[in-house]
Amino acid sequence: MSLPPSFSRDVSALPTHALSYRSLTWWGIIGFMVIEGSAFVLTFAAYFFLMSQEQEWAPRPWDPPGLVAGTIFTVVLLLSEIPNTMIKKAAEGYDVAAVRRLLPGMVGIGLLLFVIRGFEFNSLNVLWNDNAYGSIIWALLFLHTTHVVTDWIDTVVLWRLMKTAHGEEPRRIVDTDENSLYWRFVWLTWLPVYVLIYWVPRFFR
Amino acid sequence: MNAAEKAKAPPIKVPRDGPRLTGDALKAKLAKTWGNPPGFVGWLSSVDHKDIGRRYIVTALTFLALGGVLALVMRLQLSKPDNDLVGAARFSELFTMHGTTMMFLFAVPVMQGLQIYLTPLMIGTRNTAFPRLNAFSYWTYLAGGCLLWVAFVLNIGPDIGWFAYPPLSGPQYGVGKRTDIWAQMVTFTEVAALAAAVSLTATILKQRAPGMTLARMPLFVWATLVTSLMIIFSMPSVALASGLLLSDRLVGTHFYNPAERGDALLWQHLFWFFGHPEVYIIFLPATGFVSEIVATFSRRTIVHYPIVVLALVGTGILAFGLWVHHMFATGLPRIGYSFYTAASIAVSVPTGLQIFCWIATLWEGRPRLDVPLLYVIGFIITFVIGGLTGVMIAAVPLDLQLHDTYFIVAHFHYVLIGGAVFPLLGAITYWYPKFTGTMMSDRFGKISFWMIFLGFQLAFFPMHIAGINGMPRRVYTYPAGMGLELPNLLSSIGSMIVAAAVLLFVVNMVKSYSFGRKAEANPWGGSSLEWDTACPPERYNFAHIPVVESRTPLWDAGEKMPVAHGLRVEDREVLLTTVMSAEPDVREPSAEPSIWPFVSAVAVSIMFICSIFSPWAVLIGAVPATVALIAWFWPKSPEPDAEPTIS
Repeated sequence: MSLPPSFSRDVSALPTHALSYRSLTWWGIIGFMVIEGSAFVLTFAAYFFLMSQEQEWAPRPWDPPGLVAGTIFTVVLLLSEIPNTMIKKAAEGYDVAAVRRLLPGMVGIGLLLFVIRGFEFNSLNVLWNDNAYGSIIWALLFLHTTHVVTDWIDTVVLWRLMKTAHGEEPRRIVDTDENSLYWRFVWLTWLPVYVLIYWVPRFFR
Repeated sequence: MNAAEKAKAPPIKVPRDGPRLTGDALKAKLAKTWGNPPGFVGWLSSVDHKDIGRRYIVTALTFLALGGVLALVMRLQLSKPDNDLVGAARFSELFTMHGTTMMFLFAVPVMQGLQIYLTPLMIGTRNTAFPRLNAFSYWTYLAGGCLLWVAFVLNIGPDIGWFAYPPLSGPQYGVGKRTDIWAQMVTFTEVAALAAAVSLTATILKQRAPGMTLARMPLFVWATLVTSLMIIFSMPSVALASGLLLSDRLVGTHFYNPAERGDALLWQHLFWFFGHPEVYIIFLPATGFVSEIVATFSRRTIVHYPIVVLALVGTGILAFGLWVHHMFATGLPRIGYSFYTAASIAVSVPTGLQIFCWIATLWEGRPRLDVPLLYVIGFIITFVIGGLTGVMIAAVPLDLQLHDTYFIVAHFHYVLIGGAVFPLLGAITYWYPKFTGTMMSDRFGKISFWMIFLGFQLAFFPMHIAGINGMPRRVYTYPAGMGLELPNLLSSIGSMIVAAAVLLFVVNMVKSYSFGRKAEANPWGGSSLEWDTACPPERYNFAHIPVVESRTPLWDAGEKMPVAHGLRVEDREVLLTTVMSAEPDVREPSAEPSIWPFVSAVAVSIMFICSIFSPWAVLIGAVPATVALIAWFWPKSPEPDAEPTIS
């Protein structure tokens, strides 16, 4: 420093972690949500751009995707918010025991979602290389699947970490809280994707 | 102690900076805590923003030199009609590599490099918000740049122009792997730029020195915040565009294939939704340089600071409403022409306001015509010319006439070199003592400025004439007798002068590094916090975190610098403050050096490069990348420390 210091603020009593917008990593996660959210919105724009090339959507002779797997996925995904909120509340209350108890449930739900997602890919009634309609339908489902996979891996890592002595470190509570926040992003982005994959091709036949 | 008890526990007794630990004793402890591990692995493991910023800058300047050599070859080819120095195919590679290198590997990264280096210093903190993400960003960028240039040397470089329009870049016409290499290079640079942008945004919002409210932020930091947000919103578009292109080429999707109801224009929309903001992502940091240089060398505060801030934010927003003006020649509805013409003209308003604020500051101040200010004056003149031709071609009838001619080449070089490179060279001269501890030679600096400024006008002004005379861009030669000989010869001579001047600038940098005059902490009399650190700054930047009470803390500090104290000194810790008013809020551990960002970047690079050849590489390559990312995050000690660390 070029100038001698004059001590004016003592910050030693400040906490070493904080939740929500007071946390640094919260801002990082919001940043990545905005990036990924932008990618989703642009993919939706591409969807409607390609849709404008067709007289009907889904273009004949392709049938719209089968509804069963996608709808079951949607229901399970929405229900997963119940344990997700329980984990988030437990984290906010520093209840590590409850977090440790509930996280394996979210890992299991993720595995169940992968199985249903497999059936979804199988019920699209079009391949990615059939035409532009098939390409964009597959792109939407693939894009969303990458988000389910990344959050599932994140949840597994967090679950294993919370089982260690580090689980009692308050900053790991922040990690748990923010992992739950990201899961909300995963299911929120699914809702428009679900409508675009399964319902718009029915509305415009 | 469980988590709830720990959360409420008072701070433990460990050495902290303060009245009882200050001066040399404090500096010795901080130097040990914030130092890099020894050896080559330690060098690879650095997460110091100054190391990463410097690496970004040096790498980007290397790519500038490489891109510049390509430009010289093109100018030699075009120096006379019917020249056969370079054939048509090679010429296509040259202009593709030149544009791609300059936009993706030089212009954006060099700006981010300066932002990574300077932002923590200017806001009074010790490192960026996510230091390891920053390190990962650099290695990814380096890998992407190497991919492109190794491919070019191996004669499989891209040849589809820097904006790679399908169907030329599609599977039917773009045979081989040239286009895939281009598209994957885009993926690398997008990942790098986005990672750096998130880190910078969080740094600016959460790590400003106590008292540095948003209204007291240096204008360069405002420019950094706006550009980082623009990157966050725009770069997903090109990542999506290139991802869909790769998918069309690799697994047979039809996004851009009209035969299967795809649309080549979808590419243009997605590309330019990124591509136009990209221009401002390059230009706005340069306006930040200009604001800092103008204030320091006028020896007064910027006139109408709020207007400059609003102009930065306004430009950032308007930049997203202009992209279609790149597509006037594709045919648009009449309302589309009107809207995008109006929007394109409107964006000149905030930029014009900034220019008036700088001129007013110079007018009201006592300007000192040192090299950085010369570059600013060169910038204002050149950028105004480029801006005016921009307003001209915002008009659809003229644009349709001049589309794809050298008039456009002249326009965008005036705005990009005049608008970004001139301020950049001024900024390098201005902050050189901060980077290296020595001053650049003033005499050499002035010679290279005049050579660059005049050589640039000679190189690029005649291109307006060539364009008006009908010379199309991207064609490897032209016939004699069309009035194109003289403008092209002048352009070629001018480009040689610019190249010689840039070489002189680099020689000045290299020579000054070893033999330059030693710089004191604040050699130019600047007002912002980076000038409160040593030249070059210590690893920890600030021994005590400064407290800011005005927009110009160093000019207003008086005899002593008010500081906050109480941060740990034997572990890495930074101070988080509130977003708006910068009140101290949290003591946050800062990441220690780690090899894992480098390893992660290597794993991700292998995945990206292999996926050029097989889609399965994405699946298989994701495994080592995921393992590396988990190792990066996972705590390295079996038990948590008494107060948190990021090991």
